[in-house]
Amino acid sequence: MGESITFWVLAVVSVVAALGLVFSRRAVYSALMLGVVMLSLAVLYAVQDAPFLAAVQIIVYTGAVMMLFLFVLMLVGVDSSDSLVETIKGQRFWAIVAGLAFAALLAFGIGNAFVAAPKGLTAATQGGNVPSLAQLIFTRHVFAFEVTSALLITAALGAMVLAHRERTAPKATQRDLSRQRFVTFGRTGKNPAPLPGPGTYARHNAIDMPALLPDGGVSPLSVNRYIARHEAEEGTLPPEIARVLEQDDLERRSNGHSTPTLAEDARSGPDTEPLIEDEDDEAAPHDQPDEAVTAGRIAPRPRSEEDGK
Amino acid sequence: MTTHYLVLSALLFAIGGVGVLVRRNAIVVFMCVELMLNACNLAFVTFARQNGNLDGQVIAFFVMIVAAAEVVIGLAIIVTIFRTRRSASVDDASLLKY
Amino acid sequence: MEPAEFIQHSGGAIGVAWLMIAFPLVGAAILLLGGRRTDRFGHLVGVVMAVASFVVAALAFVQLLGFQPGERRRLIPLYDFIPGMAKVGLLVDPLSISFCLLITFVGSLIHVYSIGYMAHDPNRRRFFAYLNLFVAAMLLLVLADNYVALFVGWEGVGLASYLLIGFWQHKPSAATAAKKAFIVNRVGDFGLLIGIFTIFATFHSLAFAQVFPAAHGASQGTLTAIGLLLLVGACGKSAQLPLQSWLLDAMEGPTPVSALIHAATMVTAGVYLIVRSGAVFQGAETAQLVVTIVGVATLLAGAIIGTAKDDIKKALAGSTMSQIGYMVLAAGIGPAGYAFAIAHLITHGFFKADLFLGAGSVMHGMNDEVDMRKYGGLRKVMPITFVTFLIGYLAIIGFPLLSGYFTKDGIIETAMEHNAVLGWLAVIGAGVTGFYMSRLVFMTFFGAKRWEATAHPHESPAVMTWPLIILSLGAIGLGAFLIVGNRFMTFLAPAVGAPEELPTFNPFSLTGLVTLALVAAGAAFAWFRYGAAEVPAVAPRGSFLTTFARRDLYGDALNEALFMRPGQWLTRLAVFFDNRGVDGLVNGLAAGIGGSSGRLRRIQTGFVRSYALSIFVGAALLAGAWLVVGNL
Repeated sequence: MGESITFWVLAVVSVVAALGLVFSRRAVYSALMLGVVMLSLAVLYAVQDAPFLAAVQIIVYTGAVMMLFLFVLMLVGVDSSDSLVETIKGQRFWAIVAGLAFAALLAFGIGNAFVAAPKGLTAATQGGNVPSLAQLIFTRHVFAFEVTSALLITAALGAMVLAHRERTAPKATQRDLSRQRFVTFGRTGKNPAPLPGPGTYARHNAIDMPALLPDGGVSPLSVNRYIARHEAEEGTLPPEIARVLEQDDLERRSNGHSTPTLAEDARSGPDTEPLIEDEDDEAAPHDQPDEAVTAGRIAPRPRSEEDGK
Repeated sequence: MTTHYLVLSALLFAIGGVGVLVRRNAIVVFMCVELMLNACNLAFVTFARQNGNLDGQVIAFFVMIVAAAEVVIGLAIIVTIFRTRRSASVDDASLLKY
Repeated sequence: MEPAEFIQHSGGAIGVAWLMIAFPLVGAAILLLGGRRTDRFGHLVGVVMAVASFVVAALAFVQLLGFQPGERRRLIPLYDFIPGMAKVGLLVDPLSISFCLLITFVGSLIHVYSIGYMAHDPNRRRFFAYLNLFVAAMLLLVLADNYVALFVGWEGVGLASYLLIGFWQHKPSAATAAKKAFIVNRVGDFGLLIGIFTIFATFHSLAFAQVFPAAHGASQGTLTAIGLLLLVGACGKSAQLPLQSWLLDAMEGPTPVSALIHAATMVTAGVYLIVRSGAVFQGAETAQLVVTIVGVATLLAGAIIGTAKDDIKKALAGSTMSQIGYMVLAAGIGPAGYAFAIAHLITHGFFKADLFLGAGSVMHGMNDEVDMRKYGGLRKVMPITFVTFLIGYLAIIGFPLLSGYFTKDGIIETAMEHNAVLGWLAVIGAGVTGFYMSRLVFMTFFGAKRWEATAHPHESPAVMTWPLIILSLGAIGLGAFLIVGNRFMTFLAPAVGAPEELPTFNPFSLTGLVTLALVAAGAAFAWFRYGAAEVPAVAPRGSFLTTFARRDLYGDALNEALFMRPGQWLTRLAVFFDNRGVDGLVNGLAAGIGGSSGRLRRIQTGFVRSYALSIFVGAALLAGAWLVVGNL
């Protein structure tokens, strides 16, 4: 009775989760659904006198394999959601027909295989489940077991070979990066020094506490435009900062520089530093128009928190 | 009772198969393959119980090992392809044709 | 009188008879392998080799005369071709030594003549190489003691003939003529080969020494078959009907070639084959009858062709056909005719070589002009050529006491005794011979000058005239020497047998007188038509009969209609079948497979999901089928 309840609950859960795996648009959801199915199956293994397999299922599948899946999803991109529109003519129709036919066939075929009551494993697992399994694996199936070890080593090596990326140029040192920055400065006038940091030491975000210029005004350079735009949409952008930024935009346009506005900034964001790709995370958040940066306008760091306030 | 397990296994297997056929994201396709393997494992465990014989469980164990190895290699391939083609869709890799 | 036994021989000039073949063969090898280095002295090598061969032949002849008549068939073994089965050796007997003397003597003279005739040809050395090759092959043919070696020589002379007819291969007509000769000869050779196979199947040997004594033991039908097959071979080589068509075209070769190969020696090989295989023919009366019929038909056909040709060499070629027809007629009669056949062959070799070389001399002086209508009145500018040519002419028409008179009359008399119809036809042939030869002489040497403006006829150099003089001496006296007192018949008897009663020469027999009268009538008719009357520069159209003769009795037309056209149709049919049938099948198959593949390959979309679907559906179907079959 207890087994029946467990089975029916888990069966419904696993089938629904499997359907969710197939039909969810986001791969992360699919992965989570797969996790649900695997956990359900682990419980079903345990119910069916296979405690060792249940443990292995949870450790290997839900633990290792699922982690691997999630890692790869991170690499490939989590936020991308798949289109479920079918591009191959007739593919979906025939896939579902074949799937239904297959399910029906299997259900009728092997579902009717058993007429007798199950024998149970009590006789086969006299010394306990794990020792009995171990005895089988290390005696009758020992050759297959050894072969699987070779398979796993091969798989590990294969993964290393496949994931390895050949470096075609020597890794850039700090000296190289510095030289590159000054070369860029000489050619385009881009500020070689780090951009001014946010106006506070992690107590506030950069919008609330922008860097101050010597005249006490706000330095537009110190404001992250993305966050500013976001806050403008939310309506929480401090009005004096909004004013300074608008003025800054107007100033740049009147200077004849075809500078990107806030929106354009967002579009052409991370593609603007072609020379050294490792600078990604450094440049992207502070992406600023180069022409606007002149030596005189580089904002000094605020001396103290109180000054900023 | 064991029959129910087998039917469940068949259902999961078919759902996994349909998923392989309809999904374009290589990672999801891979997950569906894993689902099919798990369905098989469930059937094996059920057979072991029905026949009072541990061989089914041993085979399920081996299937898990092979599945783990397969996942490692398969995901490495997906990563390599993604790195060169900027896409994880199985339909994009369709150059080898007439 | 039966032929003598075969005797193994060694020693003396007969023992080294193979030198006769070796000398010219070595000459040909030197000249052909030596290449241009031998250009300066090549003709001398050729002449020396031919003369050396003649010396050996003469010494062998003298040694042969030293034996008793019954011991004059000498076998000289050379080597075992297939040990225990086929031996190659030479047979020196009166018949073969007669041929050897003729070939080497006339051959040497023609070699000498060619020095002058080919003086201006850049390929003279090659010419002499081929001539030497021919002499060697011809000697092997007549000296062989078995049919295989004979066949080797037979093919060798065919090859030399091909090479020499096509010697000026830059002329398309010469190249075509050479091919024609080769192909027509293949037909004859085919018959000869099958004949040789039949001989081996019947007698289990190809050696003359085994075949001839066993011949009368074989059945009539077998002997007839062998005889007719050998006759086919003889017809091909000797230009007898119905394989005569190549000889007239063969005149495209240089004139010495026409003299040596296509008049004096090679074309008589058929006669040699028939006489040599006399033991076979004497056992098959049907075959003998066919031989005589072929001979008579050819002698008339050749004579008729000779009357109409304006080309001096073609007229002489027709005459050659005709004279060989006489020889074949005599050879078909049996032992009574053999001696006359061979005697006429020898005298013909002399006077026909004389005539051809004379014609060559005329052409030499006339810028290689061959049309007799552009000759005329040449007797004054070429006296030596004229006199020697006249002697040859008188000999061939059977002027009393000259060579042809004795030998041809002998053939006619023998034929008359054998079969009156054949005899009278031969007499008519003799009359026609009188006409066309007289026509030839009158058109060439008498009458008005009809030369081309550029022609400056002159007498040929001594190296050309001396062979003419020597040959004309033979044409004068050889016939009387051979025939009077049955000298030649007695000499040949050990080789070919002889009739029990030797014929007596009767100069005033009815046949002889009628023949003479017909010849005189023919000559007189020719005088009125071509000697006394004006000869038109362009041949008049003439009657149907003239056209008939001019076109070689429609022999070529017949060949074309019977063999060439059906052959072409067959070829076209085969080509059509190949193009449409075979190629169509193969191409259709390929196109079908290609087309269906072109459509089927659309299945390969490149989408891995499509492939997976087909696998999945297939698995479902298999599982379903398994379920159904399992439940049945």
